[in-house]
Amino acid sequence: MSVRVGEAATAPEFPVAAKKLVSNAQIRQNVRRATDIIRNKRARVVEEVDDWEQLRRAGHEIKEHVLRHLDFYLQQFEAACTRAGGVVHWASDAAEANRIIVDLIRAHEATEVIKVKTMTSDEIRLNPALQAAGITPYETDLADLIVQLGEDQPSHIVVPALHRNRMEIRRIFSEKMNLPELGYEPEDLTAAARAYLREKFLRVPIAISGGNFAIAETGSVCVVESEGNGRMCLSLPRVLITLIGIEKIIPKFRDLEVFLQLLPRSATGERMNPYNSIWTGVSPGSGPREFHVVLLDNGRTNVLADDFSRETLDCIRCGACLNACPVYRQTGGHAYGSVYAGPIGAILTPQLQAMQHSQSLPYASSLCGACYEVCPVKINIPEILVHLRGRVVEEGHAPIVERLAMKAAGYALETPERLSLAQKAARIAQIPFTHDGVIRRLPGMLAGWTAVRDLAPIPKQSFREWWAKRQKEPRL
Amino acid sequence: MSAKQDIIDRIRNATGGSSITSEIEYESINRHYRQAGILDPAARIELFADRLADYGSPVYRCAESEIAPTIAGILTERSKTGLLVPRDLPRIWLPDGFYFFRESPDYHELDSSEGVLTDCALAIAATGTIVLRHAPGEVSRALSLIPDYHLCIVFPSQIVETVPEGIRQMASFSTLPITTISGPSATSDIEMTRIKGVHGPRTLEVILVT
Amino acid sequence: MAWALVPAAPRLISALGLRRLVLSRPVHISLFITCYNDTLFPRTGRAVVAVLERLGHTIEFRQAQTCCGQMHYNTGYQAEAMPLMRHFLEVFRDDETICIPSSSCVAMIRDHYPKMAAASGDSAVARAVEKLLPRIFEFSELLVDKLGVIDVGAFFPHSVTLHPSCHSLRSLHLGDKPERLLKQVRGLTLIDLPEATECCGFGGTFAIKNVEVSAAMLSDKLRCVLGTRAEVCTAADNSCLMHIWGGLSRQRTGVRCLHLAEILASTEAGEVS
Repeated sequence: MSVRVGEAATAPEFPVAAKKLVSNAQIRQNVRRATDIIRNKRARVVEEVDDWEQLRRAGHEIKEHVLRHLDFYLQQFEAACTRAGGVVHWASDAAEANRIIVDLIRAHEATEVIKVKTMTSDEIRLNPALQAAGITPYETDLADLIVQLGEDQPSHIVVPALHRNRMEIRRIFSEKMNLPELGYEPEDLTAAARAYLREKFLRVPIAISGGNFAIAETGSVCVVESEGNGRMCLSLPRVLITLIGIEKIIPKFRDLEVFLQLLPRSATGERMNPYNSIWTGVSPGSGPREFHVVLLDNGRTNVLADDFSRETLDCIRCGACLNACPVYRQTGGHAYGSVYAGPIGAILTPQLQAMQHSQSLPYASSLCGACYEVCPVKINIPEILVHLRGRVVEEGHAPIVERLAMKAAGYALETPERLSLAQKAARIAQIPFTHDGVIRRLPGMLAGWTAVRDLAPIPKQSFREWWAKRQKEPRL
Repeated sequence: MSAKQDIIDRIRNATGGSSITSEIEYESINRHYRQAGILDPAARIELFADRLADYGSPVYRCAESEIAPTIAGILTERSKTGLLVPRDLPRIWLPDGFYFFRESPDYHELDSSEGVLTDCALAIAATGTIVLRHAPGEVSRALSLIPDYHLCIVFPSQIVETVPEGIRQMASFSTLPITTISGPSATSDIEMTRIKGVHGPRTLEVILVT
Repeated sequence: MAWALVPAAPRLISALGLRRLVLSRPVHISLFITCYNDTLFPRTGRAVVAVLERLGHTIEFRQAQTCCGQMHYNTGYQAEAMPLMRHFLEVFRDDETICIPSSSCVAMIRDHYPKMAAASGDSAVARAVEKLLPRIFEFSELLVDKLGVIDVGAFFPHSVTLHPSCHSLRSLHLGDKPERLLKQVRGLTLIDLPEATECCGFGGTFAIKNVEVSAAMLSDKLRCVLGTRAEVCTAADNSCLMHIWGGLSRQRTGVRCLHLAEILASTEAGEVS
C-alpha cells in the first residue's frame, strides 16, 4: 500500500506556507468574509434545534460503532449493493483506485467524464490520472469548476473556492469559457456555469461521484448537495462510478435521520440542503444502466489502528471546524498542503500517511477548542492534535533544539529547588536583553516571540520567594 | 492477495474485529433526540408552508377539488401552455386547455420543456422538504431535474413534522431511488451569496391541498 | 481572624457596607500558583492571597509545588509531563480545596490527567487523579461556586474589557463567572469585547512555532481590545494576557493587562504592588 494524499508528501511545512498566505490581504479578506457568513448561518440553525447535543451524541456513537465493526459493515454493503445490480471494487491505495476508474472508463471507450464534488478524488489525484489516460474530467460543482478552470487547489472542504472573490472568478470564467462580455454579479457567473455545464450533463455518458453515506443494510448511497449538479451526474449518464472512503459506511437506512440533520446545519447553515439523492444499485428504466462503487482505503486503516485517534474517521466532511478555526481563518486552506484543510485536515492528513509526512500539521493549532465545540460528530480534535504531537516527538521528528529545551525544562520543573535556580538564572540571563523594563529582542527559539511582541522581564522576586519571606515576618 | 482481503485484514488487525457485528451494541446507541413531532396537524402544515416561504418557493393552497383550476391559474399567470407529467399522475388534476405530455425519455426535450408537474411521496415540515420516490410510472429522476420549472402537489396527510419521521417513511421504499428537495437549486459558492437555481429547476412551486 | 465574618452576622456586614462580602465559613485553601505565575506573574499570586484572606479564608502555599506539565504535554512531550503530574499529585495529596489562578492549568488537570493516569497503568495514580479532580478550582470558580461570593469588596476605578480565554470558555465553561465578579467591583466600567470568543493566538509553543499566524490572530485581538478604548484588558489566564500585553506594548498603546485576581484585589487603598 502506498498512500497518497494529494501533494501532501511534498508540500512545504505549514509555517512556511502560512507565512506567504497570511501576508496576502486579499485571500485573508475573502476567507474571513466567507467563514463569517457560514458561521453565523450555522449558529442560527443549530440554536433552533433543541436536541442538537443528543443528535451529536448519536452521530458520534453510530460512527464509533461502525468503526469497531467496519469489516462487517463493508461486506454487508458489498453484498447488498451487488444484489441490487451494483459492482463493488476495492482499492488499497490511490494508484489502485485510479487504475480501476481509468479501466472502467476505457472499457466504455469514453474520453470525457463529468464529476460531482468528491474530495476523495482530489485526495487520490484522480484528475491528473484521467488526463494522463486521455480522459477529460469536467468538474460540475460550481466551486470545483472555479478551482479547475483556475488551475488552482481547493481551499475548503465544502466551499473549495472561498478564497476567490467575484472579480477573480469573473476573470477565470471569461477567459476559459470565452465570454468577453460576462458580467460581474454572482448571478451572471452562476448563469454562465449553468450554460457551460448543461451541454455536458446532457451529453457525457459517464459520471464520477463521491458519496456522503453508504448504507450497509441496503447497499444504498446518499449524496448531499445544493446545486443539482449531483443529481445531473447521478441520474443522467449511462454509467456511474462512485468513489467512497471505507469510513463513509453507516449501518442502517434509519441512521440517515441523524446525519441528515447534523450535516446540512453544520456544513452550510441550512435546515436541509436543497437536494439529497439516495439510490441503490441500478433501477430498471431510470438512471444509470451501470453502477460501480470503488471502496478506498488509502491509509484509512492506518488511522483505524490508533485507538486514541481513530475517531478522526468519524468525520462527515461538513467543514464546520474550518469555519470556526482561528488559524484556518488567517491562512485559508492552501497552507495545509493537503486537500483536507483546517483542523480536521491537520489530524487526518498526517495520520493517513502513517505520520511519515505533514508532521507540522498537528502543530498548526493554538488548541483553542473551537473546532471540537462545533463538530457535529464530537471529534475531539484538540485532544487528537496533542496526541499526534506526541507521536511526532516519539517518532523522533521534532527539532533537536526543541527536544533539548523540553528536556531541560522538564528537568528544571521536577523539583522546587531546581525551579528556583532556573528562575534565578533566567533573571540574570535576561539582563542584556532588557531595556527600559521591557524585552524587545530575544535570541534563538524565543526570537519568534519578540518578532512581534514585547516581553516583560521576569520580576525580581518570584511568588514562592515572596511567600517564604512573608511567612517569616511577624503578622498581626 | 486481493485488495478486498488486504483491506479487511488491515481492518481486523486495527480493531480486533471479526466480521460480526453486535445488533445489541447497535441497539444500545443513545438516541435521545426527538423521534416524533409535537405539533397538531394545522401547525405542522403551517410550519411546512413557512419553511417553503423561507426557501422562496411560492405556496398555493386549494381544496382537493380545486387542484385543476388552481393549476390552470398558475399556468395562465406564468404564461405557460402546458407541462410534462409522470405517467401515473391522476388525470383529474389536469385542467383542460393546456397540454400535459407524459414524460419523454429524451433529455433535450425535457430541457426545452416549459416545466414539470408532479406529486410527491411525502414531505417534512421542519425542513420544508419534499420527497420524491422514483418508482416506474412515478416521476423519474430526469423529469424532476432537467426542466427549469417544477410544480409539486402536496397533500396534508403526506406531511410529517420531523426528519426522523420522514426517514422512517422513506425506509419503507428505500430500495427505490429517492430524491429529497428542500427549496430550489442553489449555490453560495461565489462570495457566499446565495443564488437560486444553478442546475436543478430554478423555480419550485407547491400546491398545498387543504 | 478579624475578617472571619460568619453567617450569623449578615446585618453587621450590611451595616458596614460589606454586604455579600462573606457569607461562608472560613475555608483553608491550598494555592497552586502555577510555574509561570510563580516566575513571571508573582503579583497575581499576591492578589489571590489578598482577595481570599480579605474574605476571611486561610491560605496554604506548598513550597514543594512546581508545574502541572501543560507545556510539555501540549507540545507532544507526554513522557516528560508524567513525572510532573506525579509530583503534583504527591504535593497536593491531602488538600481539600486547591485554588489555581489559571484556566489552562486547570484544563490540563481536568482534561488530561485522567488520560495520563490511564496511560501510566498505575492504579494508585488513577485513584489519586480521581480524588483530585473535585478538589481543584480555578480562581473564579472558587469564588462563585465554592465560596458563593461575587462581591469581593473590590474598588477599581477604570474601564476594563474581559478576554474570555479559550480554556475558560470551552474547557472550564466558566460562563459569566468572571463577568459577574467584575460587575460587582465598585468604580469599574466593564466594556464588552467584540469577537470575544476568538483565540488571541497564544497557544503555548504555537506562538513560537507558528509566529506569522499567531501574530495575525493577535493583531485581530488587539484591534478588538483597542476598539473598546478600555484602559485595562483582563482574563483568567496570564498566558493569554502575556501575549496580548506583548502586542499592546509593542504598539506602545499604554493599555494595561491585569489578571482578574489583580482587579478583584484592588481596593480604595490601591492595587496590589
